[in-house]
Amino acid sequence: MSTSLNLKRREFLKVSAAAGGGLLIGLYLPGRLEAATNPAAAEFIPNAFLRITPDNTITVISKHLEMGQGVYTGLPTIVADELDADWSQIRVESAPADATRYGNLAWGGTSQGTGGSTSVANSWEQLRRAGATARAMLISAAAHNWKVDTGSLRAENGFVIDAKNNRRASYGELASLAATLPPPADVPLKSPKQWKFIGKHVPRTDSADKSSGKAVYASDVRLPGMLTALVARPPLFGAKAKGFNAAAVKMMPGVKAVVAIPQGVAVVATDFWSAKQARDALQVEWDDSAAEKRSSDELLAQYRELARKPGAVAHRSGDAARGLQDAVKKIEATFEFPYLAHAAMEPLSCVVRLGDNTCEVWAGSQQQTLDQATAARIAGLKTEQVTIHTLLAGGSFGRHANPTADYVSEGVEVAKATRTLNAPIRLLWTREDDMRGGYYRPLYVHTISAGLDKRGQPLAWQHRIVGQSILAGTAFGASMKDGIDRTSVEGASNLPYAIPNMQVELHTTQVGVPVLWWRSVGSTHTAFSTEVLINELAVAAKQDPVAFRRALLKKHPRHRAVLDLAAQKAGWGKPLPKGRWRGVAVHESFNSYVAEVAEISIADGKPKVERVVCAVDCGVAVNPDMVRAQMESGIIFGLSAALYGEITLDQGRVVQSNYHDYSILRINETPKIEVHIVPSSAKPTGVGEPGVPPIAPAVANAVFAATGKPVRRLPIRI
Amino acid sequence: MVSLLINGKQQEVDVAADTPLLWVLRDHVGLTGTKYGCGIAACGACTVLVDGQPVRSCITPASSVSGKKITTIEGLSPEHKHPVQQAWISEDVPQCGYCQSGQILVAVALLSAKPRPTDQDIDDAMSGVLCRCGTYVRIRRAIKKAAALMAKEA
Repeated sequence: MSTSLNLKRREFLKVSAAAGGGLLIGLYLPGRLEAATNPAAAEFIPNAFLRITPDNTITVISKHLEMGQGVYTGLPTIVADELDADWSQIRVESAPADATRYGNLAWGGTSQGTGGSTSVANSWEQLRRAGATARAMLISAAAHNWKVDTGSLRAENGFVIDAKNNRRASYGELASLAATLPPPADVPLKSPKQWKFIGKHVPRTDSADKSSGKAVYASDVRLPGMLTALVARPPLFGAKAKGFNAAAVKMMPGVKAVVAIPQGVAVVATDFWSAKQARDALQVEWDDSAAEKRSSDELLAQYRELARKPGAVAHRSGDAARGLQDAVKKIEATFEFPYLAHAAMEPLSCVVRLGDNTCEVWAGSQQQTLDQATAARIAGLKTEQVTIHTLLAGGSFGRHANPTADYVSEGVEVAKATRTLNAPIRLLWTREDDMRGGYYRPLYVHTISAGLDKRGQPLAWQHRIVGQSILAGTAFGASMKDGIDRTSVEGASNLPYAIPNMQVELHTTQVGVPVLWWRSVGSTHTAFSTEVLINELAVAAKQDPVAFRRALLKKHPRHRAVLDLAAQKAGWGKPLPKGRWRGVAVHESFNSYVAEVAEISIADGKPKVERVVCAVDCGVAVNPDMVRAQMESGIIFGLSAALYGEITLDQGRVVQSNYHDYSILRINETPKIEVHIVPSSAKPTGVGEPGVPPIAPAVANAVFAATGKPVRRLPIRI
Repeated sequence: MVSLLINGKQQEVDVAADTPLLWVLRDHVGLTGTKYGCGIAACGACTVLVDGQPVRSCITPASSVSGKKITTIEGLSPEHKHPVQQAWISEDVPQCGYCQSGQILVAVALLSAKPRPTDQDIDDAMSGVLCRCGTYVRIRRAIKKAAALMAKEA
């Protein structure tokens, strides 16, 4: 498969560096489904997502960021199928920033970006049409050449075949003629029975580059004369630099500049190590008069107090207060969730080159048009004067999709402040910068009061959530309704269980800690509190936790199907060896349904997860192995949070700094994981995030089974 | 000036003697396959082989490995043909890919010491290399596969 991923980029970087012009591949692509020709190159560019060249290469243009989730494989899978390509022909390139052609349709198409597990879902129709249109045009080209009717031809494995006359032509041969033909207005799409790649095993396009050190991330970009910048940021969120010892630091080897930027003080040097030593020597005096100085414990105490009072109503059905009065058995629980860092393996980085009327940004850009607009504003340029080169991201988990475009902003600020150096700037964050730089999953407190009637059926459910809003005050704030940030309550306000009296309320708090979405967003905490509590209700009602849920999910067949499948494959109900316990959880997020059964033992007073059985319904599984990989990934990511994840504040200072005190799961702690995919003909839905939410409650419910003591906080402490 | 033998090539690098090998490789020699992840030997992303042994290049002063044989991911095989790389590719191990150079080099060292590693051997050898994407399930599979490939080649 393709190794061109890096080669193309390298060529491009070379070209770009040599010409100084920033010639991004794909820059000349036309608009949606408008054919264009490039006679000189004899390329066939039927639409914004596809380019076929005479050398028989098919290049799929990805409007989405590849950050590990597999879009550079999943998206071409869709195109290749409708195009009847041969998989070995497929290459992938990243699209330039352009909402008109590359907007995320799940977000109304008004901005380009990757998130909310939407990549395949929003591209599904678009890329099927892109592939089918190109196929139709290639067939037309062959029909034209051979002077036969298109109906007598078929396409297969990158060839148009005329069976009757025993001849065939490759797509590469047909490309230049196809480029001159008008695109058909409408094309038939394949029926599922005709799929050759969709739903089958198709290997990743990027495994070879990523197994040989050739894959290019932003931190790997090297441009002539490039300098490296590190930024000293305030130790307290909201503090500002007052003064610093610029003169002393400027004298250090390799140092080219020490400059103030809005985010702090930037040290610019010839290389990372020189910049790092200079920043270590930098002494900054901070004005922390407006800074956040509370500790996590204080915030939790304030949140618990707030949770006693009614909040803004996010969901109401029946009369929860009345139902609780009438209940014969009640459970009241308070849950606590810490701040969490994304902690992707690649710390944040970008490269910025400012020209007189141009700005180029190389980044693992997750919101290309927002990053572009932000860079333009800072650089004082027009949006179209900014080029975003989207490279691979070494993980993100939401961190790169920052409404303030924070790390790109910093890069452009440094480039602007050091313009006289006339050098491209590579901005690197150290691990400590990344860990302490904020934009965490918010800290939350939940309370749930729930009651059973005398038959052991849930009668009432009163849920309060207290925490910061991710959307408020950002460009996405407009999506808030009646003071409710849906990302704070998703997974709770749409609880699927048939409970006649339900109320979900929200208190949105004001804290000076920057917060952000973190893989699976609201469901990181709502799945936990709801699935732990529903499990306790089952136990209180003396019912089996799976059977209890099933009975409450009569109107939710997709929840039920994943629950049944996971339970069956895990041997739910069958006896376990001594010292083993099971727990289950089911949750919908990003329109996909996932159930997980965790089997644990307890060693040294801690849960050890031995085995996880996962069932997922994500509609059509476009690339089943990518789906399995994302479930495995989500489970392990969720286990890190369940067992370890915690960013704590001590008088406003972030306590943790690196992987030694912010642990993530290791291979020796990794359970056996089985993933089962529910066959489906529904439209594809998300897979990047939905594997995460059920695992922490499944483990907590297993701990409850083992100890009889309910788990009320993450990370889990027995 | 530090003299280093990197992937079979002798190189003179104009850096301070205490510059970590990682930054010599990345910023001075131009071998960017070796990654920075933590800077404190806590994640393993920067692992290279020094005389065949896995070493955390982020805390290894360049001068301390002068005269030794340094192998980075780029030096493992010209066309990613090393059995460990072949196994990694056929099992589609990588997701974001950022940690995989370190994972692969530690696996190479494991397999040269233990050509038929047990599950426990794999966990023991690999537990120091973090993967935030959680590719561990596939790393286990790929190491078994690489062991089989190497047995066949031998």
